Amino acid sequence: MIAELGLAALWLAAALAALQLLGGAVALMRGEAEPLAALVRPAAQVQALLCAIAFAALLYLFAVTDLSVALVADNSHSAKPAIFKLAGTWGNHEGSMLLWITVMALAGGLIAWVEHRLPERTLLATLAAQAFVGLGFYAFLLVSSNPFARAVPAPPEGAGLNPLLQDIGLALHPPVLYCGYVGLSVAFSFAVGALLTREVTPAFARVMRPWVLGAWVALTLGITAGSYWAYYELGWGGWWFWDPVENASLMPWLAATALLHSAGVLAARDALRTWTLMLGVVAFSMSMIGTFLVRSGILTSVHAFAVDPERGTFILALLTLYIGGALALFALRAGTVAEGERFAAVSREGGLVINNVALSAILGIVLLGTLYPLLTEALGFRVSVGPPYFNPMGAIFFLPMMAVLAIGPLLRWRQDRLARVRWQMVAVAAAFAAALLAAWLLAGIALLPLLGMALAAAVAVGSVLPLARRRLTRAPLTLWGMVLAHLGVAVAVFGMAADSAFTTERLVALRTGEQTSVGPWQVTLAGVEPVAGPNWTALSATLQVAYAGGASVPIEPQARSFWAPAQQTSESALLTRWNGQLYAVVGGQAPGDGAERWQLRLWWKPFVTCIWYGGGLIALGGLLALIGHVVGDLRRRRRWREARA
Amino acid sequence: MRLLLALLLALLPVAAQAQDGLPPAPYAYRQLDDPGLEQQARDLMDTLRCLTCQSQSIADSDAPMAGDMRHQVRTRLAAGETPEEVRGWLIARYGDYISYRPAPGATTWPLFAIPVLLLVVAVLVIARRLRGRGR
Repeated sequence: MIAELGLAALWLAAALAALQLLGGAVALMRGEAEPLAALVRPAAQVQALLCAIAFAALLYLFAVTDLSVALVADNSHSAKPAIFKLAGTWGNHEGSMLLWITVMALAGGLIAWVEHRLPERTLLATLAAQAFVGLGFYAFLLVSSNPFARAVPAPPEGAGLNPLLQDIGLALHPPVLYCGYVGLSVAFSFAVGALLTREVTPAFARVMRPWVLGAWVALTLGITAGSYWAYYELGWGGWWFWDPVENASLMPWLAATALLHSAGVLAARDALRTWTLMLGVVAFSMSMIGTFLVRSGILTSVHAFAVDPERGTFILALLTLYIGGALALFALRAGTVAEGERFAAVSREGGLVINNVALSAILGIVLLGTLYPLLTEALGFRVSVGPPYFNPMGAIFFLPMMAVLAIGPLLRWRQDRLARVRWQMVAVAAAFAAALLAAWLLAGIALLPLLGMALAAAVAVGSVLPLARRRLTRAPLTLWGMVLAHLGVAVAVFGMAADSAFTTERLVALRTGEQTSVGPWQVTLAGVEPVAGPNWTALSATLQVAYAGGASVPIEPQARSFWAPAQQTSESALLTRWNGQLYAVVGGQAPGDGAERWQLRLWWKPFVTCIWYGGGLIALGGLLALIGHVVGDLRRRRRWREARA
Repeated sequence: MRLLLALLLALLPVAAQAQDGLPPAPYAYRQLDDPGLEQQARDLMDTLRCLTCQSQSIADSDAPMAGDMRHQVRTRLAAGETPEEVRGWLIARYGDYISYRPAPGATTWPLFAIPVLLLVVAVLVIARRLRGRGR
């Protein structure tokens, strides 16, 4: 009953999306006084409500483990902890698509409800574009991946959820990432709306910016959390693999970062108009490509895609329709959008142009390195593209961008002289030289980590200089946001460089009571014993670890065996100090001479935590900027209303 | 075709079990005594793909096959081969697919040509946008 209710709500929502598209199209052609046009906003709001009902229905089905629903039977299990039952709702293809469309409908409803700053025609065109995108996803859900389909007969027990995914970090990872993707779809709709009505103004950028910022914060958090999850869950201490799934989330982030900065220029200075529109289209295209890569099965193998091509083909068709359509519209209209205000090479805008171009180039490289192996596989030969390709190729553009990032935010809009900021430049250069020298003296550092560390120091100094000689309590929230985000970039890059340069590794097989060392740590194996959890059993090792001769602390890595589905995982034990993390994993029993010896993998990773602290700072900076802009917008709106009254 | 696939799938668990049943090779989970050589091995393993995992290097994988390959890498380096010789040997055996570092060649040149193109375009775009404006 609940399943049918959810399905009915989904069909109704799809019908309202069609109405919304129709009303928007009529408004665009005949003006917003048409009766149909008046239905657009209410349609978007009711659609949001219906999607929320559909999603709540699916949540309920997973919460009570209703095994008569095929999706629940395939992805859940009655013995699973409650939180992972709920998380199972979006831990699968159909559920995640329903989550996507729900977030998208909620965003559309919110816009329809509160947004009154744009010309009504542009806004209706935006909502029509939003409905057009939404309809594709409704069709996808209802035709080829119905989440509410019944299983006949209902199985006695569910198949379970991949144990690697039974982790709180990963339970929250997809919803956060999807908020990012959907935020970019809103930016896309605004860009299409503005292209349709040719209203590309600073007001348009200000309306779009909170959505881009919100999407960007969500993507930043999603990527940071996903990276930390891979780090502690996979059990080998790696935190980024240039895996296509990771790239699928990095590419929209790169585009959103560029879009964010270019929308800032448009809002403040009425420059970079077509550029901002283009990035709006590109950012959402990257979300779609990411969804296609992850959801079509093409990544496991091009051939897996060919065996069951229905879903992949559907997403590919949507992708072509939206991206192709938007690019065609862009090609038709870009020429008629005036270029916008001009600016000098040495100016805030100048620095942001370099930021935009460098980010776009990095995006190009990640896209190339991700798609090329798929292309060659389809052509019949296989190549692998991995870290040895992405790291240096990306660095060609990333390192100069870091250099510009250290100085750019200090420059004035429109026109400036480098001589005006010479003291700040000296400070940044001094930080660069000092870090370079310090890292150089620690022999044996490769070139990339060395440059990364030096530039991180330069950016760290440069990023806080905009606050110099300001009353900190009076500095606007948006300025704080920028400073924190840029500082976060420096912190994260430092962490990456430090991890790659200073990590020490120890692989050993120990008997109980034996000792080993890794970096400054002394590690003793105190014992190994079996333990049991709700849906797993494990070997749990107790290690006594001491830092540089200090007091010893116990840590307990586990080797877990899940039974539904059957799978082994290693639960690493992490010990965090201010200057890094000790990372311990217990493997199986070592082969050999009869006495019981246990495989241990130990790493000492100096400052590795900076990677995720940096990611957190970046997200926090984005959040402060978002709050700052929204509060400013609300204040302006109140003033405008008071002036009218 | 489908029958063949079904047959292969039916054989798969047997093969996997046979492999899992064996103890891991000695140097799969053991480091070389010479730290310099171990570092070379680590750097090389980071750039070799685990053929039975999804997007993991052999340095980051629990798979039995990755363990065997780590053993191969360490013992070959210890026997005096250079890292590139070991990579060459693995490529000869398993194909280009095993190396995460694509070598410029007849099938991979776009991976190197396109970034150069990107660099040229990036410089041109920046130069065009920033030339003699501001009045």
